[in-house]
Amino acid sequence: MKASRAAWLFLAPALLVLAVFFLLPVLGALALSFTDYDLYALADLHNLRFVALGNYWMLLHRPQFWAALGHTFYFVAVGVPLSLAASLGAALLLHSPLARCKALFRTALFAPVVTTAVAMAVVWRYLFNTKYGWANHLLGLLGIHPVDWLGDPHWAMPTIILFAVWKNFGYNMIILLAGLQAIPAELYEAARIDGASAWRQFRHVSLPLLGPTLLMVAILTVSGYFQLFAEPYVMTEGGPLRSTTSVLYLMYEDGFQWWNLGTATAEAFVLFLVMFAVTAAMLRLSRKEAA
Amino acid sequence: MSPRLAKALVNGLLLGGAAVALFPLLWMLAVSFMPAGTSNALPPPLWPAHPVLDNYRQLFEHAGMGRYLLNSLLISGAITLLSLACNLLAGYAFAKLRFAGRERLFRALLALLVVPAQVAMLPLFLLFKYAGLVDSYAGVVLPGMASVLGIFLVRQYARGLPDELLEAARIDGASELHIFLRIVLPLLRPVVATLAILTFLTAWNDFMWPLIELTGQGHYTLPLGLASLAREHTEGTEQMMAGSVLTVLPVLVLFLSMQRYYLEGLLLGSVKG
Repeated sequence: MKASRAAWLFLAPALLVLAVFFLLPVLGALALSFTDYDLYALADLHNLRFVALGNYWMLLHRPQFWAALGHTFYFVAVGVPLSLAASLGAALLLHSPLARCKALFRTALFAPVVTTAVAMAVVWRYLFNTKYGWANHLLGLLGIHPVDWLGDPHWAMPTIILFAVWKNFGYNMIILLAGLQAIPAELYEAARIDGASAWRQFRHVSLPLLGPTLLMVAILTVSGYFQLFAEPYVMTEGGPLRSTTSVLYLMYEDGFQWWNLGTATAEAFVLFLVMFAVTAAMLRLSRKEAA
Repeated sequence: MSPRLAKALVNGLLLGGAAVALFPLLWMLAVSFMPAGTSNALPPPLWPAHPVLDNYRQLFEHAGMGRYLLNSLLISGAITLLSLACNLLAGYAFAKLRFAGRERLFRALLALLVVPAQVAMLPLFLLFKYAGLVDSYAGVVLPGMASVLGIFLVRQYARGLPDELLEAARIDGASELHIFLRIVLPLLRPVVATLAILTFLTAWNDFMWPLIELTGQGHYTLPLGLASLAREHTEGTEQMMAGSVLTVLPVLVLFLSMQRYYLEGLLLGSVKG
């Protein structure tokens, strides 16, 4: 009896914080998304009206929202596979018995992960400057014409994707590397005796055994990439021609520049539902494949 | 492929990858020491011919970076200390103290991880607005005072502690708090270090919630100050790079000095328990 009282006392501070500053606001968000909370309601709560699913209905008919959802999907669909490929490639290189100075390379490749996204996005803006940036300078050496990376609606999102891959690949690299190291050496030994090439060893030993880790990493990366915000905020301000406006960027604009909190919370919830559906589908698909 | 060629290929690729990973960081550092306006040249210079500290001096004297630096240290430090206290207590309770509904409650907490933090941000802003906490340090620190991931991490680690040790202390009549402070906490030291560095780095780099909550420049953290300078488009390249160095360097140094703990935490947090 005494032990359980101690337990609740130990739990109280953390549970209180999570309940008041997370659970309550999430429930509040759901309630808020059924109202027309705006600047007038902010001034006087009597102006608040219940609109049921009105905000969601309006979102479905708002091209801006569909565009933002499209940009976010573009970022996720291209960015996640690229990130995972970079992570897996780097992990395989670090795991190779031929690699030297492994600790040093691991630290160097991981360094971008701990940097501040906002600061590095600023650096990226200058590296991809049309006139003086290194990206175009290097392309120029290869005889390729300068690209207006952040000023051209076709190139702005790819530039942000490149940045995200650079910034994040090290994180999954560490997890995949640990996964590779957990594969018993005897399996490779056996494959080698059977005359399997390096590629076949990767395809038939590493990849299947790494499967569960890859799936977990993919799901975490997908949910992380759906939350695109700081990069467009600093690098492009959602432009050019709103081509990098993500759902969260739109939510921030609607909520904190126009004070349409009802609309903005509905946007947040739709994003949440989309993320949930996509990650659940990934889980399901992989289970079906395994079965 | 000959073994020699394979070895050259693997190490060459690693070297190339490391160069790509580090180039933006080194370039940022180099440009931050260039006199104003000199980095905008063709070919783009890699090294400051005449290194100066003017950019940093400008940032502190005119752009208020000293204040932002102090705010960042204060907020990240407070979040780290307070969340350590909350998460350690809760994580230990979930691992070692027996109470009704323990597993169910823990699973409910893990379910919270599915909800992206941004969903809570708008109502949280309203809550703080009515509580008079908008644009205050407390408004950034309070929501960061506990995290499900932190509790999870502590629980994972604390489950490995020997029960006999705790039972022996209980038989000796020690109170639960005494056991926690005197016996458990010293044994949890590695996970404390891991959690401390993970939390500090996350708090330091955090952007969206502080951006919403801190409406006045007086409370800005470094990322906020830097982002607002970047969106004004008035500062030169060199000064922006100096600002980026100031923002990134503290966490990079912290990471390098405590790398082992950081990477352990990353792996511990990614293993299903």
